[in-house]
Amino acid sequence: MTRLFASIGANLAVFFIMVFDMFRYLVQCVHEIRHLYLYRHQVLLQCYAVGVGSLPLVCLISAFSGMAVAIQMAYQMESYVPDYMVGSIVVRSVVLVLSPILIGLVLAGRVGAGIASELGTMKVSEQVDALTSMAVDPVGYLMLPRILAGLTKIPVLVIFSSFVSIMTGFGMSVIKMDITVTDFIKGMKLDFMVYDIFVGLIKSTVYGGVLTFVGAYMGLQTQGGAQGVGQSATSAVVVSSALILILDYFLTLALLY
Amino acid sequence: MEHPKTAISFENVYKSFGTQAVLQGLDLEIPSGQITTILGPSGCGKSVTLKHVIGIEQADSGRVEVVGHDMSNVRQRDLITLRKRIGVLFQSSALFDSMTVKENVAFGLRMHTKMPEAEIAERVHVCLDAVKLAGTEERMPVELSGGMRKRAALARAIAMSPDFILYDEPTTGLDPNTSNVVGDYILKLQNELDITSVVVTHDMPLTRRVSDKVALLFNGKAVVQGRLDDIESSQNEVFQLFVDGRLG
Repeated sequence: MTRLFASIGANLAVFFIMVFDMFRYLVQCVHEIRHLYLYRHQVLLQCYAVGVGSLPLVCLISAFSGMAVAIQMAYQMESYVPDYMVGSIVVRSVVLVLSPILIGLVLAGRVGAGIASELGTMKVSEQVDALTSMAVDPVGYLMLPRILAGLTKIPVLVIFSSFVSIMTGFGMSVIKMDITVTDFIKGMKLDFMVYDIFVGLIKSTVYGGVLTFVGAYMGLQTQGGAQGVGQSATSAVVVSSALILILDYFLTLALLY
Repeated sequence: MEHPKTAISFENVYKSFGTQAVLQGLDLEIPSGQITTILGPSGCGKSVTLKHVIGIEQADSGRVEVVGHDMSNVRQRDLITLRKRIGVLFQSSALFDSMTVKENVAFGLRMHTKMPEAEIAERVHVCLDAVKLAGTEERMPVELSGGMRKRAALARAIAMSPDFILYDEPTTGLDPNTSNVVGDYILKLQNELDITSVVVTHDMPLTRRVSDKVALLFNGKAVVQGRLDDIESSQNEVFQLFVDGRLG
């Protein structure tokens, strides 16, 4: 029993140390914003990598998820609600929940793990030490541009994702489920609220910040060789995915109720 | 003969990582304008010693002083200024693998100076020429051999015209010919730039060629330091064991 408590205590200590360390990095990041001009090329490069680089994948998964949502809604609601409600439900579920969460989770894998393994490799091959020795702050040069790219480009990707999902959901409803164009559009307009888009953008901005920050943090904490890099990438995906799902609950609660 | 001024000093420095004690009361003086070689078996704390000089590691206790700055409480602004004066050649070369050779060498100049691009290009050319790598500007580090990577890293280290160059295992992983070439460059840069150099190595032929002063690290301490001739003639037992490959 004593051993069990000791183990729980040790794990809790590690957890709180990590949280404190993450907070320290975050403060340092904010502090480095004053040198943003120095890191401008990195910011542009990362915006391109996160935004343009992720666009094909985002469009692909959004297309299929939009169609799947339309089929599921039509199937679930066909006996209870009129056809035009499918349009309403597809739009709201895509904008409020599906696109932000789905893109957040997918990009935790693509972008977050990519950042963790890139920075992890730089750490174990002394490139991070080389930056420090050249009087360049690794947090400012490596972490800050990636976080800024996540904060600004992931909401844009979510807008693309929502658009593609709604269009494919619309196409599927009209072609496969005999819902008329007029009915679908009527449903879309029925209880569309600009506030929903705002909620989706707030969520995606937060998830963008979380997944890039966690990826960069895990990368800079890497120790050892190839195994350490692999562990960092795995931790980045696990931690950021968990955080995205947990934060989704709190954000939904705060923004919708 | 006038004694050279001390550029870097370690006074009773202790450093541990978890339960592993690496430096255990290190006392070491590095004179300015000379090449000091820190010798020692693998894992004795040579690279950690170098990292204290650039402030990547902090001593648990004791005092590390670099040109008058106490590294345990140096102001951030002074630390940045100090780092700009130090060029480091890392054991693994540590070239930025997402950049070309030219971008690597130009990195410090672009980050810390307002030099126009034409001047930066000229400076890069001069630095690469100094290490016989002219013509490799557009190549990626992965396209270079081990020796060429070391030389490219050396060109990056000298690009900001440093007052100090720290070499961490400059010949590790290189064949004897390339090791000789790296040794030539260490001497050439020392003569041309009039700098303070610290070479961390366990390569005795390199040590014999380049060193003005030698220190042997063992069990976290400098067990012997001085001119190589004096140490060898003193028949120091620990040093002899190291040279014979029986220390550790």
